[in-house]
Amino acid sequence: MSLMGIGLAFIYVPLSVVVINSFNSSRTFSWPPSSFTTEWWSKAISNTGVRKALSWSLAAGFSATFIALLLGTSLAFAVSRYNFFGKDIISLLVVLPISLPGVVTGIALSNAFNQQLGLSTGLLTIVIGHATFCIVVVYNNALARLRRMGTSLQEASMDLGANGITTFRLITLPNLASALFAGGLLAFGLSFDEIVVTTFTAGPGIQTLPIWIYNNLFRPNQAPIVNVVAATLVVVSVIPIYLSQRLSQDSTSGGRF
Amino acid sequence: MKGSIATWMHKRPKLRLAALLAAPTLWLVVAYLGALGALLVTAFFTIDSFTGNIIAKFNLGNFHDMLTDPAYRNVVLRTLGIAISVTLICAVFAIPMAFFMAKIAKPRSQKILVALVLTPLWASYLVKIYAWRTMLEPNTGVMDWILGPIGIHSPGFGGPAIIIGLSYLWLPYMILPIYAGLERLPNSLLDASGDLGARNFYTFRRVILPLIFPSLVAGSMFTFSLTLGDYITAQIIGGKLQMLGNVVYQNFSINLPFAATIATIPVAIMAIYLWLVRRTGALASL
Repeated sequence: MSLMGIGLAFIYVPLSVVVINSFNSSRTFSWPPSSFTTEWWSKAISNTGVRKALSWSLAAGFSATFIALLLGTSLAFAVSRYNFFGKDIISLLVVLPISLPGVVTGIALSNAFNQQLGLSTGLLTIVIGHATFCIVVVYNNALARLRRMGTSLQEASMDLGANGITTFRLITLPNLASALFAGGLLAFGLSFDEIVVTTFTAGPGIQTLPIWIYNNLFRPNQAPIVNVVAATLVVVSVIPIYLSQRLSQDSTSGGRF
Repeated sequence: MKGSIATWMHKRPKLRLAALLAAPTLWLVVAYLGALGALLVTAFFTIDSFTGNIIAKFNLGNFHDMLTDPAYRNVVLRTLGIAISVTLICAVFAIPMAFFMAKIAKPRSQKILVALVLTPLWASYLVKIYAWRTMLEPNTGVMDWILGPIGIHSPGFGGPAIIIGLSYLWLPYMILPIYAGLERLPNSLLDASGDLGARNFYTFRRVILPLIFPSLVAGSMFTFSLTLGDYITAQIIGGKLQMLGNVVYQNFSINLPFAATIATIPVAIMAIYLWLVRRTGALASL
């Protein structure tokens, strides 16, 4: 029991350190903090670099989540309701973006954008990168729910005279909703935090919030603001993700495994 | 109007299937797999040393350089070593935690525990490593503050820091499959073993461990794969140490084909690992 407690503490201590440090009045972050201040938070909010990065992150997050919801759900429908040639391969393929090291995905996508397609980096390339691994997250959640739901309700509805579209609208979708919401939350969280692939797909002009942190990490002047941004990232991603986990308890792993 | 579209679709299941599959398949197969394929092809190209442009001729030069230069061999071995240490450390911590979650915790708290363990997993990678940078800072860091009174000092930045940081990052990836595996383990087996006179450690060694072996392998695939490609952790808490990922990242803008060549190493290692693993049947628990 105590081992579990130590384990959980081990997991959460570094994160709480970041949050506490964002209030640390000492500029060099000597620990333990001698006094607390909210000065850094107000500085961070007024920092234009941070604000721009935040808007990029939000834009990328919502777009990637939207795409992932569309593609992941339709794929989940295809896999759960039909048998087709290459079904196993598709199931493996969907997991690939998340199981290969990010550096490989990043450099592959970037190479394809630059060399093969002549696409210049920007929001589009960031979103493509994020959406690719967000698909699997939505897919897992939707698939688990579809499998649990079965087809009997759908069939009953159609027996009673509703056509395919009406059935989907009134029966399937409401039952699927919480799984999609959970998957979407998770996808958003993943995209918001993403750095490994994004450094390759974002290019020099654009900074998402994690990239902003990455670029400012070694600048001592910016250090307090970096702390605040980091603390915000912790809070902003932890909450939706915890909600998503509780919502998708029917699949133990909640979407990745 | 709506009715007739729905009827039309209903009579053509293959069309429905195609409509569902079209976009995702296009994305995953053409875009993603295509990009990976293009990367592999690029690994065989070289760079014109004057202009920096890529010469699109098939040539083994990159591979030759990579395999003969001792510097790269060192990096590969070092990265492999780190990957193995991280996997072992994760396993050591994950097994007791997963066991507690699966067997000892009350069913109601199980769900909360799973959520608690999983949540930081999805929290920002960068923030977590940054947090460890604060913890490991020599003299002023948190670790020194906590462990100082016992006389242990923070290892500072470098190899041990990388191992600690990466173990921290991937721990939930190891806990989850083991937890899933233990959940499937019937308690009656443990009771039977005890009834037959086995002490705890013996039961663990002879009953539990073999049964969760596939889960351990499943978890290790993540810890291994993620460590092999990592480049950010080494930059932030690794001091001057270089890992495979760093070499790829550095070459990315100046010599893309060579970066691609180096990138094939983690993929190759994982492919071999996956193949070895298939024979143990661990893929089922993925």
